[in-house]
Amino acid sequence: MKILVCIKQVPGTTAVEVDEKTGVLKRDGVESKMNPFDLYAIEQALCLEETYGGSVDVITMGPEQAKKVLHEAVYMGADRGILISDRRFAGADVVATSYTLSQGIQKSGTYDLILCGKQTTDGDTAQVGPEMAEFLKIEHVSNVLQVLEVKKDEIVVLENQETQVRKLSVPLPCLLTIEKDANTPRLPSFKRKMERIEQKMEAISLDDFSDQNQKHYGLAGSPTQVERIFPPEKNTDRQVFTGSAAELAERFTQILKQNKYI
Amino acid sequence: MDKTKKKNVITLHESQLSYLRQIVSPQRMWVRGEIPEDYSHDELGGITEYPDVLIKVESTEEIADIMKYAYEQELPVVVRGAGTGLVGAAVALQGGIMLETTQMNRILELDEENLTVTVEPGVLLMELAQFVEEHGYFYPPDPGEKSATIGGNISTNAGGMRAVKYGVTRDYVRGMTVVLSNGEIIELGGKIVKNSSGYSLKDLIIGSEGTLGIITKVILKLLPLPEKSVSLLIPYQTMEEAIETVPKIIRLKIAPTAVEFMEREVILFAEDFLGKKFPDTRSEAYLLLTFDGNSARQVEAEYEKAARYCLEHGARDVFLVDTQERKDSVWSARSAFLEAIKASTTEMDECDVVVPRNHVAEFIRDTHELAERFQIRIPSFGHAGDGNLHVYICRDELVEEEWKEKLEKVFEVMYQKAGEYGGAVSGEHGIGYAKKAYLNEQAGRVSMELMRGIKAVFDPKNILNPGKVVS
Repeated sequence: MKILVCIKQVPGTTAVEVDEKTGVLKRDGVESKMNPFDLYAIEQALCLEETYGGSVDVITMGPEQAKKVLHEAVYMGADRGILISDRRFAGADVVATSYTLSQGIQKSGTYDLILCGKQTTDGDTAQVGPEMAEFLKIEHVSNVLQVLEVKKDEIVVLENQETQVRKLSVPLPCLLTIEKDANTPRLPSFKRKMERIEQKMEAISLDDFSDQNQKHYGLAGSPTQVERIFPPEKNTDRQVFTGSAAELAERFTQILKQNKYI
Repeated sequence: MDKTKKKNVITLHESQLSYLRQIVSPQRMWVRGEIPEDYSHDELGGITEYPDVLIKVESTEEIADIMKYAYEQELPVVVRGAGTGLVGAAVALQGGIMLETTQMNRILELDEENLTVTVEPGVLLMELAQFVEEHGYFYPPDPGEKSATIGGNISTNAGGMRAVKYGVTRDYVRGMTVVLSNGEIIELGGKIVKNSSGYSLKDLIIGSEGTLGIITKVILKLLPLPEKSVSLLIPYQTMEEAIETVPKIIRLKIAPTAVEFMEREVILFAEDFLGKKFPDTRSEAYLLLTFDGNSARQVEAEYEKAARYCLEHGARDVFLVDTQERKDSVWSARSAFLEAIKASTTEMDECDVVVPRNHVAEFIRDTHELAERFQIRIPSFGHAGDGNLHVYICRDELVEEEWKEKLEKVFEVMYQKAGEYGGAVSGEHGIGYAKKAYLNEQAGRVSMELMRGIKAVFDPKNILNPGKVVS
């Protein structure tokens, strides 16, 4: 079974600041890491490879330094890494990103199964996976808790719907986004790193795509316009009341009523 | 370890209770039947006894007032932090008064020029770590039990995981305020870095388990927070192979922050206990090494040296634990080992010996032989880097009598072996009540007499935590 996992490089910390003037994330000097949600997808892929044989490729879109997460995935056990990189992709929103990835995937190979993390820790939309599936014209299931079985032409999975779990049979090829904590991701192996130290990650750009229309990529291909990004206002006002439990409860109720919370 | 022992349990007279009610707010005082069950034991010490009065203390002055009265009335006083001890040190063996410090939990001052933090004894280790790290500082001692109070921690001198590189709690206590048995308040040490002024009374209080004085305020030394830390999880075919590598890693002249060893069996208990899978359980034994420093490059250079060495010398692989998520997946299991082993059996007792690190492998082999010989389960984990082992003898389905008998024999051999290797009875959990006999045996007559002499000077009426450590 040929599996592809889509991964992303994200800021290494949640304490990323927003430049209030430009509305852009201050990424300078901030360490990056693999999107933690993607680790579950990689683990799922490697488990399927162990059970059913085949191969696991990883793909990411980003600047040259995003190769770091491809290498990391290889140290975890992936076979091949592909970087989709082109200046013309800059400023892509969810739609343009999904479209670019779908183009890159078609160029990279033919896959039975495409896996993604359920969302990223920087964008948090959880939309890129399903949108890619739409562009690729394949079925998809989000928030997959477990892959139960892979048959000849279909895969049986459990989908997390928060209040219930749904068992689904989906025809292959298809795309799954893997739920957080669906498994415990394996750690990257230093031994494998030493064995694979020479391995090059493959790079593809717009020039390799079947759709060469530049208006479909980057800022030009993005229907979403971000007007402004700003940190939420911090409110540190506080009032301290003292008194018996009964008095405090009375006071608290009054305040909640005054502010029309109750 | 006799649970039924009921001698010398002191109850207070009504007049004594009413005096205490005058100096302590009744809302913070519990008497006899009002005292919650939790206060009758610690987490493992094997003894159960209730204090007659429980007081949640609020200040140095209040403790001093209580001690003056206790001294005059000759009432036993036991200090208790969060009750996470393992040797019965915070159990009121002789009844009397228990002073509980968890409400004295203020962080009083961060001194960024002297690099110290001043805290009350009831501050929890996790609160302390969080506070200093938020300010870019580092308090290196790191005992596994993060919900212990700093006062209790200083009272046992538990050092935790980072002792290999940074030393133990004692090395980070600069000064303290102590209430003596007669209620006098003294200041020991201070914000000073050096001190050659007479005997170090501060160092006598550290590790004295509440038998010499009551710590009511401490000044702790801080370091700048290392910017980068990476752990390596290294699988081995056997525990012996894993542990024998440790002294050799140290010889590479790299300074790991922590070197822990773990057995597959114990990891599986932790998986069951936490309901969470560990990233790798395919090998019998693992070493967990941590490296920290101020640049990624420096940390990388150090861990690569260790990783290459291990791969060339029998390690099956070397896994990188380099992000917060990965650290959580490994260290959350490590932190749950004690509770996980406890949950795997009906009853257990522990041996917290420390041996020179080049004897750790032999000692672990001895425990395996003992397990075989006595047909009893003896899982272990611990700090391979500093020689401090946590070995647990599990009762499982043994009947009471057989359990007692085997336990005693196993302990006897273990402590004797530790002695032969140049080790000591306790590396960090202390002596309390449970390990007194072994201390007596190992320290010898002269040392014990000196210790008792010190106890008599500090506590002439023997009211501070009587029946513990040296008595």
